[in-house]
Amino acid sequence: MDFTFTEDQLLFREAISRFLMTEAAPETLREIWETDEGRSPELRNQMAMQGLTALSVPEDNGGLGMGDIAWSLMTQELGYYGIPDSLADTAYVGAGLFSALDDNVAGKGEYLTRICDGELRLAIGHQSSQLVSDAHLAEILLMQHGDEVHLVPRAQIDEVTNPSIDSSRRLSQVTWQPTSETCIASGESGAALWNQTLNRGALSVAGQLLGLAQRMLDLSVDYSVQRKQFGKAIGSFQAVKHHLADVAGKIEMAKPVLYRAACSLENNHPLTDIHVSQARNFCNEASALAARHAIQVHGAMGYTWEVDLQMFMKRSWALSNTWGDNIFHQARVQDYVLNSTVDLAPASTFEEA
Amino acid sequence: MKLTYSPKQQAFRLEVRQWMAANVPKEKLPTYDTKEGFELHRQWERKLHEAGLSMVMWPTEFGGRGCDLIDWLIFEEEYYGAGAPLRVNQNGQLLLGSTLLEFGTPEQQAHFLPRMASSDDMWAQAWSEPNAGSDMANISSKAILDGDHYVLNGQKTWSTRATYADWAFGLFRSEVGSKRHHGLSFLMVPLDAEGVTIRPIKALDGEDAFAEIFFDNVKVPVEHRIGEEGQGWHVAMATAGFERGLLLRSPARFQQTVRKLIKLYRDNKVSADRDPSIGVAVAKCWSDAEAYALSAYNTVGRLSNGDKIGAESSINKVFWSELDLLIHQTAMNILGCTGELLTSAPLAEERAYWLQGFLFAQAGPIYAGANEIQRNIVAERMLGLPRA
Ligand SMILES: Cc1cc2nc3c(=O)[nH]c(=O)nc-3n(C[C@H](O)[C@H](O)[C@H](O)COP(=O)(O)OP(=O)(O)OC[C@H]3O[C@@H](n4cnc5c(N)ncnc54)[C@H](O)[C@@H]3O)c2cc1C
Repeated sequence: MDFTFTEDQLLFREAISRFLMTEAAPETLREIWETDEGRSPELRNQMAMQGLTALSVPEDNGGLGMGDIAWSLMTQELGYYGIPDSLADTAYVGAGLFSALDDNVAGKGEYLTRICDGELRLAIGHQSSQLVSDAHLAEILLMQHGDEVHLVPRAQIDEVTNPSIDSSRRLSQVTWQPTSETCIASGESGAALWNQTLNRGALSVAGQLLGLAQRMLDLSVDYSVQRKQFGKAIGSFQAVKHHLADVAGKIEMAKPVLYRAACSLENNHPLTDIHVSQARNFCNEASALAARHAIQVHGAMGYTWEVDLQMFMKRSWALSNTWGDNIFHQARVQDYVLNSTVDLAPASTFEEA
Repeated sequence: MKLTYSPKQQAFRLEVRQWMAANVPKEKLPTYDTKEGFELHRQWERKLHEAGLSMVMWPTEFGGRGCDLIDWLIFEEEYYGAGAPLRVNQNGQLLLGSTLLEFGTPEQQAHFLPRMASSDDMWAQAWSEPNAGSDMANISSKAILDGDHYVLNGQKTWSTRATYADWAFGLFRSEVGSKRHHGLSFLMVPLDAEGVTIRPIKALDGEDAFAEIFFDNVKVPVEHRIGEEGQGWHVAMATAGFERGLLLRSPARFQQTVRKLIKLYRDNKVSADRDPSIGVAVAKCWSDAEAYALSAYNTVGRLSNGDKIGAESSINKVFWSELDLLIHQTAMNILGCTGELLTSAPLAEERAYWLQGFLFAQAGPIYAGANEIQRNIVAERMLGLPRA
């Protein structure tokens, strides 16, 4: 029983955090928003140089061979700095799906190597959403068709842009034709791949939501120390303190839930579905409360375009219903607790009853 | 990160499980807030102690088993999972015990810890005073040094189980004219000493759950002081940290209550499902209790890497006390019109235990540092917001 991260995992996280702090400052992200494509090839290259795109690519394909546990720290950084979807979808969720494919799928190794090197952008179309993120720039799309996984070049799809309240999102409706050439997995193994991919996408979002919650909390603490009313910093008023203390509480309690879910996913624990949804619910509650209380302590400033809070608040609202909406994740946990016959004894936390 | 138990940990779990299955009383003991119930709980504690299971994480020389904190969590899971009685001496064993292990002299440890492990001595906490509740630094009870002993005068209140306990521990003002947290000393006081008067206070359920303690020139030997003279606040804060942080309410206790709630829900599903929010609340209770357990394992991991529990202990305290309210409110909603019945009501049967729990849950956000104070601590110490 060891519920801690290795020194390496923690140092890596710290390095990425320091890098994103300077290279992905809010001003930079706002500039990227204004471009048509909404993405910066330079930033992506830099992230690849930092090793982010190599993180979970197997060592045989030139990657670092780390897994969901390492990503549970990294996704928090991506959330904290508001990094757009494509990085996590490609380097984490996409790399995970490719790694789990049969070795005889044509091009598997090559794609993984190119993800690792930061050359490949991909997009994933899962049935949990009618929209696909970053289809406009993807070289390939991994599309769900029932139990089948299809690998589709972008040239073979049509996409219609659907703008989101989160200016960093680039969403499309995608129309495409499944063919036997595009199908790379099907049947039971296809279904298992999609289930795992949904869990990984959900966990990626959970980590990002937690990072976003922390960012909103930090911005609010800074603001409430600076802003004075009635001759004092508003952060000295107890009502403001308690708003922020409650957010800190939600964040702290969500962390171990997220980490356990990552550990379950990495080790194929039989209750991974439940653990992932539980993590999603906790992280989502943390980010929802962070957004609500953050805008409250910012006063009217929080309602403006200019103040950076909006970037993180809107992103948290948008992400909270992706890779399985809230209802889906709540229902998965509820169904387990209410309708199964499992005896949920105190000893069942890590051991199945 | 590896979230599986070692064979040694599994063997320990099995041992505790088997012992509990053979020894936990089949009939629930009467409440320890009566003299009879108190003594029956003391006998249960002696039995646990004889099996070497009363204080598993204490060193063997003091009556423990030298287990680490993971083993302690495992023990708690099996203990509460078996429906074993609440720990009547926990305020001594878990709170004073930890303080003695950290700050006690070897003589104090050798004398007090084994007697506490066996519950030969039962302990009450004596911090609060009529004018020192949340504002504990406002303590005014005095302990004035006179040769080889202190002379105590003043009053403590809300002292849980002091009505039947043998000893109390708390803070007293030992420096005349000192203010706030300066000049306080941490003392252990035998409750049968001359000049001690105990006046029970009836709690919400009508039982003598706590008491006022009056001190009238009570003599306490200097050897019963823990830590240096005037350093009592520092020693007490360490105890408060243990209390909120980890030990006082282990996750297993809530997990066991939630397990019963799930059963209550499943047994009354048709009626409960008339309001879909009941199922939502039941699932949330499970999820929260499990999160609290995960958080405890996570904290234990960090402690073993040399971290200290900081303001997170305040987050924990708010979390478990609010969870306990939600669990019991949900149970009361499921019970509907039988929820109000006392154990003596023929129709109530087992169900009346929910009412007892519901009443006690109301106190959770008040004792061990009111939740408002905990939120202040989080805001000021963890987030660095300015003091008012
Ligand atoms: C069941 C039970 C068992 C107990 N057992 C013991 C025991 O064994 N030993 C012992 O010493 N004590 C014990 N206590 C007492 C407990 O520690 C105190 O009740 C607690 O510290 C609160 O103090 P108080 O009751 O005087 O409330 P007060 O301090 O008067 O507080 C009343 C309300 O005002 C709020 N408040 C006070 N100050 C502030 C502030 N600065 N900011 C915001 N809100 C504030 C509080 O949060 C609370 O909501 C027990 C209490 C209960 C209910």
